[in-house]
Amino acid sequence: MLPVSRTWAAIGRRRFIKFASGIGVGVALSVTTLSACQPGTDVADTPGDVPAEDAGGGTVRIGMTASDIPLTGGAPNSGFEGVRFTGMTIYDALVTWDLSVEDEPAPLVPQLATDWSVDEDDPRVWTFNLRQGVTFHDGSDFNADAVIFNFEKIFDEDAPHYDARQSAQVVARLPAYESIRKVDDYTVEITTQEPTSLLINQLPFMFFSSPAHYEALGEDWSAFEEDPSGTGPFMLDELVPRERAVLVPNPNYWDENRMAQADRIELIPIPEGTTRSNALLAGEVDWIEAPPADTLAMLEGRGFTITSNGYPHLWPWQFSFLDDSPWTDKRIRQAANLAVNRDEIEALLGGNMVQAKGILLPDDPAFGDPEFEVRYDPDAALELLEEAGYGPDNPVEVTMLISASGSGQMQPLPMNELIQQQLAAVGIDVNYEVLVWETLFDNWRQGADSPDSRGAHGTNITFATHDPFAAMVRFIYSESAPPNSLNWGYYSNPEVDALIEELQLAFDPEENLAVYQRLHETLVEDAPFLFVAHDVGPRAMRSEVQGFVQAKSWFQDITPVWMSN
Amino acid sequence: MFLYICRRIVYTIPIALAVAVVCFSLVHLAPGDPLSAVIPADAPAEVVERIIQAYGMDRPLPVQFFAWLGRAVQGDLGFSVATGRPVTQEIGRALGYTFVLSLAAAAIGFLFGILFGTLAAFFQGRWSDKLVTGIALFGVSVPHYWLGLLLVIIFSVQLDWLPSLGGGSGSWINRARYLVLPAITMSFIPMGIVTRTVRSTVADLLGSEFVTSLRARGLGSSRIANHVAKNAAPTVLAVMGLQFGYLLGGSILVETVFSWPGTGYLLNTAIFQRDIPLLQGIILTLSMFFVALNLLVDLLQTLFDPRVRRN
Repeated sequence: MLPVSRTWAAIGRRRFIKFASGIGVGVALSVTTLSACQPGTDVADTPGDVPAEDAGGGTVRIGMTASDIPLTGGAPNSGFEGVRFTGMTIYDALVTWDLSVEDEPAPLVPQLATDWSVDEDDPRVWTFNLRQGVTFHDGSDFNADAVIFNFEKIFDEDAPHYDARQSAQVVARLPAYESIRKVDDYTVEITTQEPTSLLINQLPFMFFSSPAHYEALGEDWSAFEEDPSGTGPFMLDELVPRERAVLVPNPNYWDENRMAQADRIELIPIPEGTTRSNALLAGEVDWIEAPPADTLAMLEGRGFTITSNGYPHLWPWQFSFLDDSPWTDKRIRQAANLAVNRDEIEALLGGNMVQAKGILLPDDPAFGDPEFEVRYDPDAALELLEEAGYGPDNPVEVTMLISASGSGQMQPLPMNELIQQQLAAVGIDVNYEVLVWETLFDNWRQGADSPDSRGAHGTNITFATHDPFAAMVRFIYSESAPPNSLNWGYYSNPEVDALIEELQLAFDPEENLAVYQRLHETLVEDAPFLFVAHDVGPRAMRSEVQGFVQAKSWFQDITPVWMSN
Repeated sequence: MFLYICRRIVYTIPIALAVAVVCFSLVHLAPGDPLSAVIPADAPAEVVERIIQAYGMDRPLPVQFFAWLGRAVQGDLGFSVATGRPVTQEIGRALGYTFVLSLAAAAIGFLFGILFGTLAAFFQGRWSDKLVTGIALFGVSVPHYWLGLLLVIIFSVQLDWLPSLGGGSGSWINRARYLVLPAITMSFIPMGIVTRTVRSTVADLLGSEFVTSLRARGLGSSRIANHVAKNAAPTVLAVMGLQFGYLLGGSILVETVFSWPGTGYLLNTAIFQRDIPLLQGIILTLSMFFVALNLLVDLLQTLFDPRVRRN
């Protein structure tokens, strides 16, 4: 076994206290896990602190952007919003993010696993020690059998409790998994398809439902959706499809630092942005996700609290590297990155963005120190274009696929129009093919050479960057070219491929961080994307909502939240 | 009469079949992956393939169509891809809400429509006629999702009298409060259309010879109104039937603005989630409602006007 050397001194404050007591922690955490606390460039504006002894109680009604209650059986749909509200509330994972910190990208921490190690001889084999004394909401024990039952539910098509619908939500997020074996009641061994350090980044999406409760409900996953049982800090009290889900605290939750503070959380789907902000104004909800950008100032003026914080999200242009694409010339890619004035884009969005200087947030520990600095420098851009044989009088012509709206796309039309003007000034003429969001999204998997791409030289789809796989591997590894994954533009760089392979094998935390930094530095320098913005995930809530800490994450912890009246 | 009814019912069969074909083709021809609701974007190709197989969407479209049609005629519309719940159960819930909303909107719209229309016809050319025609024109032209938002801003946000979203729960009175704003919003279009129809029909009738002869025979205005109403009824009923059909179809925009859990809202969800079984189920059910309602209106018309039957 590799040595278990890492302590949690660097991890978030509350987590540290919780885990410092005797947990030796496994190797191969992702680099984000291992960072020393760095001063954030963008500290969240969060509701006021109230002394802990006054805390607790009340009903918090949350207006979600989803059009239905995300699935509640342990494999939520509706993207990351589902994971946020019906995943991490009712369920726990082996590993999760510490969402109690707001000034650094949320690090990974143990949850239902206490520690883990990787086999030295066969690094595909991971041993996880499970937390003892944890019970599901129905009172049954969480143990190795429950873990195996849940992996079978997702991965084993021959298992009687296999559920295609739940499987679809998880399989793609856990590509490393191959098999699982029980060692003893509180130890399991997971084998990956190839040796990869990235398994640990994928495990937070694997939640654990109670096998005993599933049996008690007649082995029916639909019945389980209505009356679920996990190990999480909340229990589902009521589910009215498309109207509301009511969560109440789990009084027997194992983690006393994450006991739910509110008496009741109501999750209400309100897909229409204006309706959401009206509902907040009318006092029908206490908190809304993603208020429309043009209502933020008004809501703030009326005394609502607006919280926001940079999170691992990138608004990029992803370039095509097919022969006919001008972006195959690195000088043109770098020139475009230098020609975009991100101050103007930030002003356009009313300050609701973090300017991108690479794929990762500028304060991410894996950001590294790239040779090429992404900045606004039109003179340098002109020089690079001139070297490449272009200029304002002899412009490069490119066509880009964009959408008029879409999940996570911020304000794609005005942002792209501004970029179009900025690039035209240095000699890059951009034509847009505006597609319906769903069509653009589906085209992502088809690649630049698909007829649906209409010969475009790039696409504009935002994505999550919370781990190396999400942020990079799926877009820039040559093996990720369509139909395997989302390397839409067929980017292929032997140096990058070698670094990805090295990263997969870097089980030592410090080495892992070092390789991840080198990978990011290389990518910033080679600029396979136009790096534009990171979203800040604004939320609006009544001033009575207390205790919320907006983590630098797609996910947020609602256990500390309560109402002060 | 019996033969007439039978003939009308037989006519609905090809209509229903055509609706089924069109709705199935439209849904399948629309851009986008039919299973994007359940498959994350970066799912590996083999996972996508496995899931498509599991949902039977790898079979040729005609095979899928007949399999679906075969189940649909037995009342089985399949399962929602996104939630796994039976489509009939999803639609059943939503239909209840839309039915209540349509009934309320129709009651408001038809009542005011008939009132305003009659008023305008009796006072043709006077200021009251112009006012009523103006209101009717407003009702027909105003984008009703905009009107909905406006009502929310006035009655929910500013005055705090009425709730702005959801279907409500608990007592009957509480639920009714949730109904008020969407029902008023939905009632504007039928009100406008019914006003205009009633006005022109009644105005025509008032100028017709039989009314003049009734007047000449010394009939009182209430008895003349009675005759006029009876003659106007077939036209107005036909229009009201169609309008009620539109209302029953649910309004995607209004139901979404108010998060009213009816069929329009469900349709919106199904479209955005690319939930094909649900989408097909809703469109088919709503179309059948429309067909059935048309039939009902036709039959009602024959009761009022035997000429329809004879033609």
